[in-house]
Amino acid sequence: MFFVAAAGALAGALGVVTLRNPFYSVLALIGHLVSLAVLFLLLRSEFLAAAQIVVYAGAIMVLYLFVTAYVGGADQALRRTGEAGAAGQLGMVMAGALFVVISLAVLGSSLDALDTRGAEVEPGFGSPAEIGQLLLKKFLIPFEAASFLLLVAAVCAVVLARRRRGLDEDLGEVRS
Amino acid sequence: MDVVWFVVLSALIFAIGAAGVMTRRSPLVILLCTELMLNACNLALLSFARMHGSGDGQVFALIVMVVAACEVVIGLGLIVAIYRKRMPIDVDKLSELRG
Repeated sequence: MFFVAAAGALAGALGVVTLRNPFYSVLALIGHLVSLAVLFLLLRSEFLAAAQIVVYAGAIMVLYLFVTAYVGGADQALRRTGEAGAAGQLGMVMAGALFVVISLAVLGSSLDALDTRGAEVEPGFGSPAEIGQLLLKKFLIPFEAASFLLLVAAVCAVVLARRRRGLDEDLGEVRS
Repeated sequence: MDVVWFVVLSALIFAIGAAGVMTRRSPLVILLCTELMLNACNLALLSFARMHGSGDGQVFALIVMVVAACEVVIGLGLIVAIYRKRMPIDVDKLSELRG
């Protein structure tokens, strides 16, 4: 089960990076997120898996698809030419080095529990009830900060995406 | 399945996302690749939460999801604003701060 979900997640991730049309990239990301939700279930995080499907693969990806359709996701050449192409190849090398470094750091961390299936957990582990208890008791301040962050983001999005009719008309007068 | 498999998988997904951020030109795809990186972090957080058998990591992953949602909203708002200004949707050409 792990290998099926991991292969799905990797294929989705590679699809996001390599597909030329942004629309297909978004669809590949949806597949990636669903595979990740299966992995979350394997890690006994039922509530996070459900939130992943509903919030990410549902709501956020619909937003992405809408904006991609609005902007018009034209095909773009993957390879750049000249100096930018060299920078792109350097980026690939850097990403490979990043993977090697993180893997070495994890494998060399001498955490004994890494090679086990994890600690013994009670049946309620990862359930909505436990997450809710933690959020409202132990992590109340991060919870409130997150809700405030969401409010700020919503206001910022409205400010960013509204039509600046007045400003554009002013600029038009100056130019003409 | 051992926890180390999950952690190495999350490192691989993170590296793929980083490669996408560094090589792609469309801001939309760059945002998608940051999503990949945030999800890789979530996977690592959840595997460590499983390793310790505590729910703290899961709450952390939930907060990361909230931050990711905020980032998506701001990023897509910026892309729509750039599109409204009739500027090219290409990070190589958007190299000036003033619009």
